[in-house]
Amino acid sequence: SPAAAEKFGLGRVATDAEVAAWDLDVHPDGSGLPEGSGDVWTGETVFADNCAVCHGDFAEGVGNWPKLAGGMGTLDRKDPLKTVGSYWPYLSTTWDYVNRSMPFGNAQTLTPDEVYAITAYILFSNDLVDDDFVLSKETFLDVEMPNADGFILDDRLTSEAHFVREPCMENCKGEVKITKNVVFKGDPNSPDDPEAEPAAQEAVAEE
Amino acid sequence: MTDSSGIKGPSRRAFLKAAAASVPVAAVAGAARADDPLITEVQEWASGLGEGVDATPYGLPIEYESDVIRRNVEWLTADAISSINFTPIHALDGTITPQGCAFERHHSGAIELKKEDYRLMINGLVDRPLVFTYEDLERFPRENHVYFCECAANTGMEWAGAQLNGAQYTHGMIHNMEYTGVSLRTLLEEAGLDAAGDLTDKWVYVEGADASSNGRSIPMEKALDDCLVAFKANGEALRMEHGYPVRLCVPGWEGNMWVKWLRRIDVSDSAVESREETSKYTDTLADGTSRKWTWAMDAKSIITSPSPQMPIKHGKGPLVITGLAWSGRGAITRVDVSKDGGKTWETARLAKPGERMALTRFYLDTTWEGEEMFLQARAMDETGYVQPTKDELREVRGENSIYHNNGIQTWWVQPNGEADNVEVS
Repeated sequence: SPAAAEKFGLGRVATDAEVAAWDLDVHPDGSGLPEGSGDVWTGETVFADNCAVCHGDFAEGVGNWPKLAGGMGTLDRKDPLKTVGSYWPYLSTTWDYVNRSMPFGNAQTLTPDEVYAITAYILFSNDLVDDDFVLSKETFLDVEMPNADGFILDDRLTSEAHFVREPCMENCKGEVKITKNVVFKGDPNSPDDPEAEPAAQEAVAEE
Repeated sequence: MTDSSGIKGPSRRAFLKAAAASVPVAAVAGAARADDPLITEVQEWASGLGEGVDATPYGLPIEYESDVIRRNVEWLTADAISSINFTPIHALDGTITPQGCAFERHHSGAIELKKEDYRLMINGLVDRPLVFTYEDLERFPRENHVYFCECAANTGMEWAGAQLNGAQYTHGMIHNMEYTGVSLRTLLEEAGLDAAGDLTDKWVYVEGADASSNGRSIPMEKALDDCLVAFKANGEALRMEHGYPVRLCVPGWEGNMWVKWLRRIDVSDSAVESREETSKYTDTLADGTSRKWTWAMDAKSIITSPSPQMPIKHGKGPLVITGLAWSGRGAITRVDVSKDGGKTWETARLAKPGERMALTRFYLDTTWEGEEMFLQARAMDETGYVQPTKDELREVRGENSIYHNNGIQTWWVQPNGEADNVEVS
C-alpha cells in the first residue's frame, strides 16, 4: 500500500505562498474561487479592452477565433456551435480558464475582480443573466448553465461492445463503390495548388 | 513548404511527374543491356574523401530526405500557436518516431524552460506538499517504456468524409518514443497519500508551466498504474516542443493528457472539469449529448505505403504494403489488409509482436499487377476489439464527435500507381 511505500527523502516541502501561487484550480462547486466580484457593465469594458479584438464586442468571435456566445440549441445539428452558453457545463471552467490562460499571449495578467467581471459579461452575452447581475463567490452557484446535463461518461465499452467480434475474412460485402472522394486532392502544403485550398470559411477544424 | 534552409520543397504534383518519367522499362531476360555508368565508371565518392568526424557534432538527415518533415495545414486553426502539425508517417518505417519530425500540438506555443528554472510541485490531499527540482527527479528509480502519443483529434477532419490527401495529414498526429523517467506513483508516494484516505474516488490534476496550462484530471487508479513522469525520449532529453525538460506520459490515453512542461500534480477528491475536459476533448453525439472523459484511444491502423504521398512508382510486380497499428487498450494482436475495399482480407505480418500502448509495424508482401485497389487495414487488439469502419462509428456517434476517429481508412490506388483518400460502400 502507499502508506508502506519507500521514501527517498527527495524534494522539499512546498510553502503556503508557493502552493497559493500555482494552485489556481476552481472546481464546479466553486471551491478555489478567490474573494472578489464583478458586474456585467464593468465586464463589458474589461472585455472590450482585453478580449474583443479576437472574441468580438459581443463575444461572438472574430474570424476563426473562438465564439464565446451563441449557438443555443445547435448541438444536435450538422455543425453545432459550441460556446460557453450553448455547451460548457460549468461556470467554474470559464472563471478558471480566463484567470489562468487568457488573454491569449498575455495570460495571468487579470485581477480576480476583472475575471469576475469578464465572466459576468460572457454570461450576459449568452442571455444567461440580466444586465444588473453581479458575479461573486457568493452568487456563483446561482447561475444555471444550459448544457450542465448534456454530458455522459464514456460509454464506449458498452455502446460499442459490438466491435469486439470475429472479423469477416471473405465475401464480406457486395460491390464496392467510392462513396466519398477526397475534398482537398492536392498537397495542403502547396499554396499554389488550387486543389489543396478549402473554399473560404469552409471546414475549420476544432482542436 | 519551405525547409529550414529556405529552399522551396517539391510539390507532390511535381514529384509525381518526376516519378512518372522515371518508371523503368521492364527488363527482358537475356537481352543485351547498356552498362550502368554508376557501376562501370569510378564515382567521386569512391575516389575522393567524405566529411570528417568534426563536421557535424549533432547531425540532421541527409538533404535528399528533406521532404520527411513535419507539415502543418494553415487553414485548420486560427493561428500557428494554438495549433497542430503532422508527423511524416508516410515516409517512416519501423515504429520509433524520430524526435525531430514528431508532431507538435501546443495551446500557447512551445516554451523554453531551462532545467535550472524547472520546478515540479505536488500538492493537495498529500501528507506533505513537495517541490522537486529537475536534479531531484533524476535521483528517483527510473523506468523505460515505449508508448504512442496520439492526439485525440487525429483523423478528426475525416469525420464527415475524405478531406485531406495523405496519411501524414489524416493520421499523423501521433508519435512513438522510448521514454525514460520516474513513475508518477513513485512521486505521489514520496509526497504521501495517507491524507487522501480512500484512493478509489480520488483524482490527480496535472498542469503544465505554459500559459495554456493544459490542465487535465486523471483518476487516481490510472495515476498509480502506469503514468510516467518522463525526461528522456529516444535516448536523449525531450525536445523543447515535446515538453523539455519534463512531460507526463499517460499510456494508451489521448495525447491531450500527456501534459508537457509538467509543473504541478494536485491530488483532490473531484475532477476539476477544466476547459480541456469540458469545452474540448468531449465528444458530441448525434442527439446533442456529449461523452466526457473519453480517455483511451481505441485500436486503429493506417497503411502508410502505398498512400497518397507514397504512390507506387516501380510498376508491376512485388509490392510491400506497410503500415502502423496501435491500441490504447493493450497490445495489437493482428492486422488484416484488404485490397478490394473490405470484401476479402489477408492477415498481415507483424514486424514484431505487438507491445502494449505502442505502435506496431505490419507488412503485407504482395504482387501488384497494375490493378485498381481499395487498400484498407483493420487492427485487432488483445481485448478482442476489431477496428470498425467509419460508417460503423458514425452509426453510434454521428459526425460531430471531432475526436476519437479510429475508423478504417481507404486508399484508392489507381492503375498509374497514384493513391487518393476515399470512402467506399
